[in-house]
Amino acid sequence: MAHADRDTAAAALAALAGDIRRTVISTIAGAGLGHTGGDLSVTDILTTLYGAVLRIDPARPGWPDRDRLILSKGHCSVALYTTLTTCGYFPAERLRAFAAPMSPLNGHPSRRAVPGVETSTGPLGHGLPVGVGVAVGLRLRGSPARTVVVLGDGELQEGSNWEAAMTAAHRGLASLTAVVDRNGLQQGARTSDTNGLEPLADKWRAFGWEAVEVDGHDHLALLDALTAPRGDRPRCVIARTVKGRGVSFMEDRVEWHHKVPDAEQARLALEELR
Amino acid sequence: MIVEETYDCRDSFADELVRLAHADSRIVAVCNDSVGSSKLGAFAKEFPDRLVNVGIAEQDMVGVGAGLANAGLVPFVCGAATFLTARALEQIKADVAYSLANVKLCGMSPGLSYGALGPTHHSTEDLSWLRAIADLPVVVPADPAQTRAAIRWAAGTDGPVFLRIGRFPVPDVSPPGDDPAFTYGRASRLREGEDATIVATGTMVSRALLAASLLAERGVSARVVNVSTVSPLDREEIAAAARQTRAVVTAEEAVPTGGLGAAVAEVVLATRPVPMRLLGPRTFAPTGDPEFLLEHFELTADGIARSALEVLGLDHS
Repeated sequence: MAHADRDTAAAALAALAGDIRRTVISTIAGAGLGHTGGDLSVTDILTTLYGAVLRIDPARPGWPDRDRLILSKGHCSVALYTTLTTCGYFPAERLRAFAAPMSPLNGHPSRRAVPGVETSTGPLGHGLPVGVGVAVGLRLRGSPARTVVVLGDGELQEGSNWEAAMTAAHRGLASLTAVVDRNGLQQGARTSDTNGLEPLADKWRAFGWEAVEVDGHDHLALLDALTAPRGDRPRCVIARTVKGRGVSFMEDRVEWHHKVPDAEQARLALEELR
Repeated sequence: MIVEETYDCRDSFADELVRLAHADSRIVAVCNDSVGSSKLGAFAKEFPDRLVNVGIAEQDMVGVGAGLANAGLVPFVCGAATFLTARALEQIKADVAYSLANVKLCGMSPGLSYGALGPTHHSTEDLSWLRAIADLPVVVPADPAQTRAAIRWAAGTDGPVFLRIGRFPVPDVSPPGDDPAFTYGRASRLREGEDATIVATGTMVSRALLAASLLAERGVSARVVNVSTVSPLDREEIAAAARQTRAVVTAEEAVPTGGLGAAVAEVVLATRPVPMRLLGPRTFAPTGDPEFLLEHFELTADGIARSALEVLGLDHS
């Protein structure tokens, strides 16, 4: 990509991410439910993927050769729903019903109810095994589509991820990418104070993956890591992020894992995100 | 005495799966280092690229199955019933049932069929667990013909299903000419009777038929119902038993308080309460081979007949 094009892409993605963050805040504040901190840390990852990487056709969510995005950290559903509306999967107005009685937009994404959701997630450690199955299946079918699984860092404490990591490497799934939203915090405390993950990149490499670390809020760095030429191995992109990114009083604060902003906090947050 | 021929239903499963896979290139098999015990040897030989053996990793196995379905394939996910259901229960709930993924879960060698390998290897809780999961049909074929028909139905129907594929040798119980031998959601009345109804599933169906013969010798007319779809249950057939006979005995190679027994009791209570006996293991099994364990838990023709007499209030000495 030429420099000018990169600048244009970066500006477009930054604008999109800003829109998504503001909608995340107002949606969560309106519903009185949500995982604010993680939604804000994963926003740039989802923005880059949906805005510049994935080959999708929102008018045909079942298109057999679409790229697949699986949000394994399903508690960050508001960031996903919002991003899906920016692609046109469903109208943004529907976000106002998030978590309302009988709404299709649950606290965790359901494949049954939401176009663009590939598999229902919520319990942690489920996305990567499903992503491995998708990648194996697409290869069997001769499809060129890619599979991306977005993981939380805390959920890497679930052993099922490492079962799947072994399978992916054993089968040389070069069309599979795992992106870890490495914000360093889990529900109750820092990951390093709970059940430490480092050296995380080395762990993935030891399991047979390519692993790169990038600034998870730098859209161009993410774009490069997500589109770099591939060898014969699955790739893990460890995206270093800040939980609550963009709102000063939420950043890197464990309590914002699932704290909901009150009206005044929402106002302040939206002001900071302007 | 005529010795009936008996069969390991896994062989019918394996054979039918290979046959179907020839006709439908979307069919793939997934297993947990269980190529031998899931009888996937022939499948592996014919379709090496379509067997995904993830090794000893059941959570991965079920998730991979859901992913393969997402990619447009029809995965048969095979493993010993206890490891498939216990280890990967959350994947079965979230990735398969709640996601409505087109995954065919095949629980091999269920119930007490691992015998002296012990309770760690027995799958007696699976029916209770899976029956509690919405939108997950639970299918338990009773003989080779039902096994083949159930596999064909599963392959041709979009959506999740759990198939419990027996290992304990069973004779044919399907009436000749009953085609298809399995109809989803329908129980089959294998013997008419007015006094009591024996409701059985899987391994216990042939024993229920023998029990009815024993009861006939005592002048008791026992109906026999084969429930091959444990969930959703054929409520009409069970309601008919409650209305038309004076007692119901259920028999299963599974914990009855959550399995077939509980399912039948719910319908009996809602229809016309009649006395019931729910047969099945309620404790961890002692050491012994499968035949011994079935006897231990009264899961024999004699045990079933005795329960029927008891529940009818008849002297059984």
